[in-house]
Amino acid sequence: MPDAVFAQAIGMCSAVLLLSAVLLVWRRAQVSALPLLALQGLVLAALVAVMGIQQGSPELLAIAALVALFKGIAIPLALARSARGEFGGAPLINTATSLIAMAALTALAYAVSSPLDALGSGPTIQAIPIGIALVLFGFLLLVTGRHAIAQLIGFLVIDNGTATVAILSSGGVPIIVELGVFLDVLLVILILYVLTGRIQDEYGNADLDDLTELHD
Amino acid sequence: MATLLIAPLATCILLVLATVAFHRDWLNRFAGIIASSAVLASGAASAVVVLGDGELTAMNGLLRADALTAFMLVLIGAVGLNATWGSLAARDASEGRATTYPALVVAFLFAMSLAVLADNLGILWVAIEATTITTAFLVGHHRTRQSLEAAWKYVVLGSVGVAIALLGIVLLYSATVAAGSPTLSWTVLDQATMPLDPGLVRMAAGLMLLGFATKAGLAPMHSWLPDAHSQAPAAVSGLMSGVLLSVAFYGILRVQAVTDAVIGPDLMRNLLIAGGLLSIAEAGTLILRQRDLKRMLAYSSIEHMGIIALAAAIGGPLAIGAALLHMLGHGLAKSSIFVISGRILAVDGTTEISRLHSLLTRRRGVAIPFLAAMAALLGMPPFALFFTEVAIIIAGFQRGLGWVMAVAVALLLLAFVGLGRQTSNIMFGADPDHVGDLPGAAGQRDRSWHGPRVPLMIALGATGVIGFVAGPFASLLSEAANVLGAGP
Repeated sequence: MPDAVFAQAIGMCSAVLLLSAVLLVWRRAQVSALPLLALQGLVLAALVAVMGIQQGSPELLAIAALVALFKGIAIPLALARSARGEFGGAPLINTATSLIAMAALTALAYAVSSPLDALGSGPTIQAIPIGIALVLFGFLLLVTGRHAIAQLIGFLVIDNGTATVAILSSGGVPIIVELGVFLDVLLVILILYVLTGRIQDEYGNADLDDLTELHD
Repeated sequence: MATLLIAPLATCILLVLATVAFHRDWLNRFAGIIASSAVLASGAASAVVVLGDGELTAMNGLLRADALTAFMLVLIGAVGLNATWGSLAARDASEGRATTYPALVVAFLFAMSLAVLADNLGILWVAIEATTITTAFLVGHHRTRQSLEAAWKYVVLGSVGVAIALLGIVLLYSATVAAGSPTLSWTVLDQATMPLDPGLVRMAAGLMLLGFATKAGLAPMHSWLPDAHSQAPAAVSGLMSGVLLSVAFYGILRVQAVTDAVIGPDLMRNLLIAGGLLSIAEAGTLILRQRDLKRMLAYSSIEHMGIIALAAAIGGPLAIGAALLHMLGHGLAKSSIFVISGRILAVDGTTEISRLHSLLTRRRGVAIPFLAAMAALLGMPPFALFFTEVAIIIAGFQRGLGWVMAVAVALLLLAFVGLGRQTSNIMFGADPDHVGDLPGAAGQRDRSWHGPRVPLMIALGATGVIGFVAGPFASLLSEAANVLGAGP
């Protein structure tokens, strides 16, 4: 792949990743959250595929396929079924606050990324702060989400951010670790999914505000 | 020799498959005990080999055992054996419904063993995340609203916490890529020969510490711990409090050894001091307010992890050796007392402190081991925690952390008073409103242990004598401290 095309592809993918995360935090009309999550998964897969083509690594292409299959298709579909249409309760912060928070977090992501200069320069290194911004957005989703599925989405965005940093900074960690991490994340999602179902059965909805049994 | 490292993992895998496939009652009952024994035996055997000939490796270097690994295996095996054997009788009642229980316990032991055996930081991460996965449904085992809420918080906070650590690991890996030899292997990283970029390693170190500290229950990332440890069945609480926290802390110790060589000890030391003091303070102030026995014990675990964090901050052979011995003493005592709390729940139907009055006169057979385990946790001589706490405080003064130690001692006293007061309420407190509420009151003395005696006797006995007769253990501890770069 010519360098200019490669740089453009990386820039494009990371821009869409950031955009999808911004929309996830901003819109909060949860029905559209799942397509956005699927988009983010597919773009992440595309990013891995681009790196795979650039490095001529069949392992990365295989991982890209796995990411597309699970994060792009299977998980969003499963969540769509479990959410049963409604996510309940408005998020804890309003739209204006969340926009300001996202601006601040993006600035923070660039600020804390200065040590990454040590990795050199280039389109991949320059895009790393976007991965870190994704992680921070995931935290924002997690702490402001009042619904089980909303927290689950937050967790997925954090994981997507970490994966973005991994693929951009070093072309992916060793394959055995990569697969182990992937399996772990899938299992955690599965467990959260099952627990969400149990919460729904127990309380009639999956609004986390109802979980108030345990306190000091 | 490679079999020594593969054997415990293979045993666990076979047991998981067997329990899932065959549904034999005896297999379900004894699976946890067999798995723990295998881990303990492998730990003891590899300790002997490692002290003689140095490191062991297996599976093309994916698994490795040095003195620290061997010690951790012994810790996992010993605490696991105590928790699973000790709660044999109590388990029947709560089990019935879920046949996955024994398989999950064994898988949990597998994940912890893999975490300490892996020679690869990435696999360590995968294994630590796997401990969250295997324990999630164990925490939610009782299927009550409380246990469901605890399981949700536990999985969300636990996996988000370690996700932060993963980000740190990714950055450390990219630093090794930039230095020309991509690796996540401890063996290579420990040699500290690579020109890693300090800025990047600093960032990675902070993230990894934050992530593993969440799993190790250090304040202020501990909020999931009292919920999860109080809602899980007794054996699982014992395993989680007694050894899982230490396994997560093992990750911190290894990371600290690697990053200290690149960026110096200050960053990790300051973070660990802050986390350690905060943990002890949090536990010290909240123990007295707890109304549930198991929740109170969970806060006591936070206190002890704080002590271990301070020891890691101090560094050096004395503090690190003491920290490791502290893990063992705490693990044995805490798993014992959780097992006993399970028996109390089984016979009295509650772990609410206000309802557990005059336990000493009502149920001598449960109360006496409870008192012994509590004395061990309070750091009374002759129990090991007395010696390790003294050693850590002395090491702190020797290494110029006098003011930290002074604050720590004051906070420890607070925790001591809290635990002591609560224990005396349970043992002697006679609430006039409740007298006669519980069976066993008024004259009928219950001397039964309500479960196997031997494991508790061995565990508490070992905690009692290990401070004096460290023997071959001392060389394992000092060798393990050496591994972490704390050589004399």
